[in-house]
Amino acid sequence: MNAPAAGTPETLAVRTRTVAPASAPTFGSRLGAAFAMFRNGKSLTGLAIIGFFVLIALFADVLAPYPPTKVDNARRFEPPSADHWLGTTHIGEDVLSQVIHGTRGVIVVGFLAAAIATVIAIAVGVIAGYLRGWKSESLSALTNVFLVIPGLPLIIIVASMFEEPPLWVIAAVLGITGWAWGARVLRAQTMSLRNRDFIQAARANGEPLRRIVTVEMLPNLMALIAASFVGTVTAAILGLTTLSYIGVIPVTTYNWGTILNWASAQGAFRQNQWWWYLPPGLCIALIGVALSLVNFGIDEYVNPRLRSAGERARALRKKGIDVNDAVTAVRSIPARTTTPDDELAQNPSR
Amino acid sequence: MTVLDVSHVTKIYNVRGAGQIRALDDVSFTLRSGQTIGLVGQSGSGKSTIAKILTQLETPTTGEVLLDGKPVPRRGRGLREYRQRLRMVFQDPFASLNPYHSIGYHIERPLRLDGVVPAAEIDAEVRRLLERVRLTPDAVIDRRPHELSGGQRQRVAIARALASRPSLLVADEPVSMLDVSIRLGVLNLLADLQREEGLGVLYITHDLATARHFSDEIIVLNQGLIVERGSADDVILRPQDPYTKELRAASPDPEKHFASASGILGGAQ
Amino acid sequence: MTAIAPIPTGETHDDALVVGTTATRAVKGHARVPWRFLGSRALFYLFTLWAALTINFFLPRMMKGDAVDQYLARNRNVSPEAAEALRALLGLDTDKTLWQQYLDYWGLLLRGDLGVSLLHGLRPVTEVIAQALPWTIGLVGFATIVSFAIGTIGGAVIGWRRGSRLDALVPITTFLGTIPYFWLGLLAIAVFSVNLEWFPIGKAYGVGSKPELSLEFIGEVIHHGTLPALTIIIASLGGWMLGMRNMMLTVLDEDYITVAQAKGMPNRRVLWGYAARNAVLPQIQSFALSIGFIVGGTIVMEMVFSYPGVGKLLLDATNAKDYALMQGVFLILTISVLVANIIADIAYAFLDPRTRQTEA
Repeated sequence: MNAPAAGTPETLAVRTRTVAPASAPTFGSRLGAAFAMFRNGKSLTGLAIIGFFVLIALFADVLAPYPPTKVDNARRFEPPSADHWLGTTHIGEDVLSQVIHGTRGVIVVGFLAAAIATVIAIAVGVIAGYLRGWKSESLSALTNVFLVIPGLPLIIIVASMFEEPPLWVIAAVLGITGWAWGARVLRAQTMSLRNRDFIQAARANGEPLRRIVTVEMLPNLMALIAASFVGTVTAAILGLTTLSYIGVIPVTTYNWGTILNWASAQGAFRQNQWWWYLPPGLCIALIGVALSLVNFGIDEYVNPRLRSAGERARALRKKGIDVNDAVTAVRSIPARTTTPDDELAQNPSR
Repeated sequence: MTVLDVSHVTKIYNVRGAGQIRALDDVSFTLRSGQTIGLVGQSGSGKSTIAKILTQLETPTTGEVLLDGKPVPRRGRGLREYRQRLRMVFQDPFASLNPYHSIGYHIERPLRLDGVVPAAEIDAEVRRLLERVRLTPDAVIDRRPHELSGGQRQRVAIARALASRPSLLVADEPVSMLDVSIRLGVLNLLADLQREEGLGVLYITHDLATARHFSDEIIVLNQGLIVERGSADDVILRPQDPYTKELRAASPDPEKHFASASGILGGAQ
Repeated sequence: MTAIAPIPTGETHDDALVVGTTATRAVKGHARVPWRFLGSRALFYLFTLWAALTINFFLPRMMKGDAVDQYLARNRNVSPEAAEALRALLGLDTDKTLWQQYLDYWGLLLRGDLGVSLLHGLRPVTEVIAQALPWTIGLVGFATIVSFAIGTIGGAVIGWRRGSRLDALVPITTFLGTIPYFWLGLLAIAVFSVNLEWFPIGKAYGVGSKPELSLEFIGEVIHHGTLPALTIIIASLGGWMLGMRNMMLTVLDEDYITVAQAKGMPNRRVLWGYAARNAVLPQIQSFALSIGFIVGGTIVMEMVFSYPGVGKLLLDATNAKDYALMQGVFLILTISVLVANIIADIAYAFLDPRTRQTEA
């Protein structure tokens, strides 16, 4: 900073200091900043588990010890053994291989359905939030209609109309019935964003609409979109497995739900063949937990109060104070050796 | 010489189920380049509404805004040209910058949108603008808004507003969210820029003292109505309207209160 | 020319609340009772009802034509009136225009005629559904209310005692919620019914019993219903608890809580009268939104436990390709969801003083 221009008060000259030039942000650091919401313990754990399942889905053919449909009538209903780590089914198929191959259907449908749903949610939600008047209201009404109409019965009826729906059809049906929640949340957030000054400034500067939405607004909505996507994956996976278990989705497609369908139909639950019905269910639960963890991580990033509230209370309790106490204890502080003015002279700021 | 006429502008808002609110009532004034008008009033008086109408973020219910005698176009090329000539500095230095973009980006956008300089010279122009608002370009160009102080951010906002080389500037309470110790610095910067560029500035504020320091003419707004106008000194030192008198009386005066507090402070300075 | 966002002349930017103006000089004002809010909601629900019924109209017509023809061909002893109704409902009147079919469909609906159910011996669909509906509403309604109450109160306490060991309850209950519900139900049966034999395996009452209003029968119903109800409660508890806890944490950060405490108000009052009271409002909204999902859970539960409610009815109808019954059940389910939403909206309108105030 140079000599103060005529008229600026002296204090301004004293307080300013040169700021070290920042290095230009590299692509790596920008990417890191974009994914900051994932950089905490919960999210990373969740992502690791999901990554594990994705790998299994990719390499199912290599990893599975037996073809999943290989019948072996000599070894039926066997509990886990060295040959069959998770035992066998009613016709001697290897349960472990079935579970491994089942991962593929779950991952593909889960993520594809969530992708479809999220794209629709962004399109409807952000546009509904940015526009005003009857256009916004009608998009909002459309969203609410999809939200209120019960999804599972609709999917059951629609799915029953197909003979042997391919995976992408199932994913599309799940996606089309599942976008409404994300759209509603995005609309609310976009509406509040829209009134922020930097959006007004962009409009006043004549920025075209498409740039305002894509370049100005979307980065600020990223956390919400990520959370919505993760939540939809959970819902899609649960929906897929439930529908497969019910039998609405034909049993020729492989996923953990169909395994449970067979297990249940063959009375595994009544005959305590736990090796058949526990692993698929546990896998669904595990991937559900992983997705929830990722969402918790995003939640805490977006709303720091959630993260720090518990920590603050614990820290206070160590000092013997209950965070809900109305009266704060007063303590004696050791005398300071420097006065505040001295400190300021040593550390000029701004 | 650019002349902006605000002509009998009225703005009425509808509140669903609760009637109407008259934010502005038959407001008229003229802003010329090279001149500063201070628009003074308390919160709720309609000051921000004027700013929004002038930047075309809102439209008046009745009345119109004329630039050089012609009504401001609502769309297209004409609107774009109007926007290039009238720019706004917002009140909240943090909210008016997008947290995701760097400072350099913020200044670059208006340059690209309005084609003020050829593409090859944009970087140099960005640096020049930052220097004009007395920031060190290397220090701030690649930073994000949250890494700067309030005063620095407001300077960036001013640089952004100047990028398109406007003739008119609307400053909506530009210093009210800054620390008191740096307000004068930013206001003096605005005054210098106004003088050097020959800008017409509409300085919106609730603070009488800075309004007098900074403006040639003052307009006092109360609940959407203009209650007094005149030269800065006239309005502040010789107010006619009862509301203006009240405003002035409400301003803190160190001498007036010191006399009664001296007993408590024990005479300390 | 780039697409600058112009302000179209037709669009009004005069909504004060949307724009966020601080202007205060009111020109006209009129005080009202909160009918506007409820009125607009009612309009929305009517629209949704219409949309649902129209979807319902198109569903069978989207199926492959021969499926529906086979349906009628299979069942010759359908009376002529019933056959007529089925044709109108299922879209077999190809000689009539689509619009005429639509009008016929509405005519039937308004008369309360939903066709006959092939699966259930040609009894009217309305009768079949009416028999199953009370079971569903009784069990699921009870379980949902209990789950909501426990979850909300629990979430409030956990939020209040933040940082304590109670915090561990949140991931536990959330985990229970991410377990696929049908699996949880099956496990419950495996453990409690098959192994421990504490509860019967399924159904609402014993095989030989007939429904009657005797103490013994009611006892049987409760015995059979405990396991399904418990599984629903455990599975949905996590969601309510998490939502309430998060809202509590946000509310407790607010200054008015600190003021209340500084005033010397007893903690109990601050917790329940101030914090929980404000945190519960979004909970009610999410309750309204989750009713659709609750319905989905019902279907699964009834299948797992062979519970004779409308969910099981839907599944049986789907498997047997009883289209009239399918259509009827979907209709009833949608209407139930809408009714529940309306009740939740009314509750919200009266609980949130802001909706009452903007009208006044």
